[in-house]
Amino acid sequence: MPRRNEQPKQRQRRHNEWYQAWLLCAPAVLVLILITAYPILYAIWLSFFQYDLRFPDQRTFIGLDNYISILTSEVWWQAFGNTFILTVSSVTLELMVAFPLALIMYHTVLWRYAVRTATLLPYAITTIIAAFAWKFAFDPTTGFINALSGMEQAWLTQSWSSFLVIILTEIWKTTPFMALMLLAGLTLVPHELIQAARADGANAWQRFMKITLPLAKPAILVAVLFRMLDAFRIFDTVFILTRGAQGTETVSMVGYNTLIVSLNLGLGSAVSVLIFISMLIISALFIWGFNIKTGVDQK
Amino acid sequence: MKKSIVENVFWVMSNVLVIAYAVIPMLWIVSLSLKRGSDLNDQQFFPQTISFEHYRNIFSDMQFASAILNSIGIASIAALFSVLLGMLAAYAIVRLEFPGRRLMLIGILMTAMFPPVAIIGPLFDIWRITGLYDTWLGLILPYMTFTLPLAIWILAAFFREIPWDLEKAARIDGATTVQSFIRIMVPLAAPSVFTTAILVFIFAWNDFLFAISLTSTDNARTVPAAIAFFTGSSRFELPIGSIAAASVVVTVPVMIIVLFFQQRIIAGLTSGAIKG
Repeated sequence: MPRRNEQPKQRQRRHNEWYQAWLLCAPAVLVLILITAYPILYAIWLSFFQYDLRFPDQRTFIGLDNYISILTSEVWWQAFGNTFILTVSSVTLELMVAFPLALIMYHTVLWRYAVRTATLLPYAITTIIAAFAWKFAFDPTTGFINALSGMEQAWLTQSWSSFLVIILTEIWKTTPFMALMLLAGLTLVPHELIQAARADGANAWQRFMKITLPLAKPAILVAVLFRMLDAFRIFDTVFILTRGAQGTETVSMVGYNTLIVSLNLGLGSAVSVLIFISMLIISALFIWGFNIKTGVDQK
Repeated sequence: MKKSIVENVFWVMSNVLVIAYAVIPMLWIVSLSLKRGSDLNDQQFFPQTISFEHYRNIFSDMQFASAILNSIGIASIAALFSVLLGMLAAYAIVRLEFPGRRLMLIGILMTAMFPPVAIIGPLFDIWRITGLYDTWLGLILPYMTFTLPLAIWILAAFFREIPWDLEKAARIDGATTVQSFIRIMVPLAAPSVFTTAILVFIFAWNDFLFAISLTSTDNARTVPAAIAFFTGSSRFELPIGSIAAASVVVTVPVMIIVLFFQQRIIAGLTSGAIKG
């Protein structure tokens, strides 16, 4: 970035600042390259090999064969479909729950502290513990849900009800995050604007639709994108609730099973790369579709 | 303006609903953990007789004790290093203008959104060769893949709010660089740094996928992994009581943190998202 009319001394200072900044960022960048960039490149490289840790010496280059066998396998596409269903349904439903939740957190005067603290708890609790709580609640011999509702349903032995329990658990656990993001968006809406609209005779619904929603939209979209990417890598909940039984396997579970359980690093790495690509596509489509400004330029 | 009774009733009811939503599944785990072993299948929400047998069981199990130790150690060290490195980077991002700044922010955001399953394979392979498999360091490093970007992101959001000009003012008043840093900057930044540390600690504490992929014994197995692999009397029967009691034990510290730092945690979570 050459600048005109710049004194040598000023330029010196500017370069000093660059040097300082790079020095300050260097440790973090180095660590991230070492533990994220390098492993992901290694995964891409491995995905072109037949590499099974049970026979680690027989590593052979096979080009795109791993990808072809995944993309023609039923397991992958079922897992992909499952992950897609789980992502879309849990994010949509939790957005619907999160909106009233955020509005309550925003407007309530009574017990404000208690409400906000309670909301944070599901978010902060360990995912697998939340999953166990719901698993036991729906369990036909241990749980209270059947007794309470008078049903006799073995929830986690059928596909549709397993999905239901997984989605419920996800929603319970992650709605608070969504609500907090929405709350943050709500606080961006200037009070005067709402007051002015009220004075002009707009009712609560109109004020919400015409002022609050448009102004809070960027924050909402960012929250939805975060949650979609988060939901797409769903693993813990499904692992505890069904371990992928009843046709509930997700892409992350396919990756884990291939890599860590079967020790097939070549094939598993190809699965990982495909998951990564899927997430990139989701982000790109979302950002492009909603024309989001990421705002990383903002200082 | 006086609120009508109807309005008050509405708020009380909504608040009760929100609190019930958040608390019921947790109460259920607590109540399971307090039931007698023979009452576990009574399908009642509350225990009929309170018993601490499950707590006695898990604390007499050395595996659980070492899992707690591993969890505390690994999550604290990962949080500490992330915040230390994150502080430097966040300061540069907020306070200095330099080429590559934008690239860095995008890189950080991408790493934070990264699917962990994408790197467990390579890490498993490298850890196996280098001997990092099933060690503390073997988990601390992968935890930094998500705690470090998170720390930089949250700290940068906090640092933008700090009135940095105070430093200049202090210098004009005759303070040395070191003095102004210790007297002015540290107290201003400390709460943000502390909140960030808490948040990344919770994230590391809750991880499951890395923990089950990169550990195999008490050596480095953290609590979530240990709980998931608790074994009952038979292979097909989950030790419900022990799982419930262990869950309560590891949730209590998180709950205390949330109760004390609720406001700051919310600020940390949301400021990062909005500014981003």
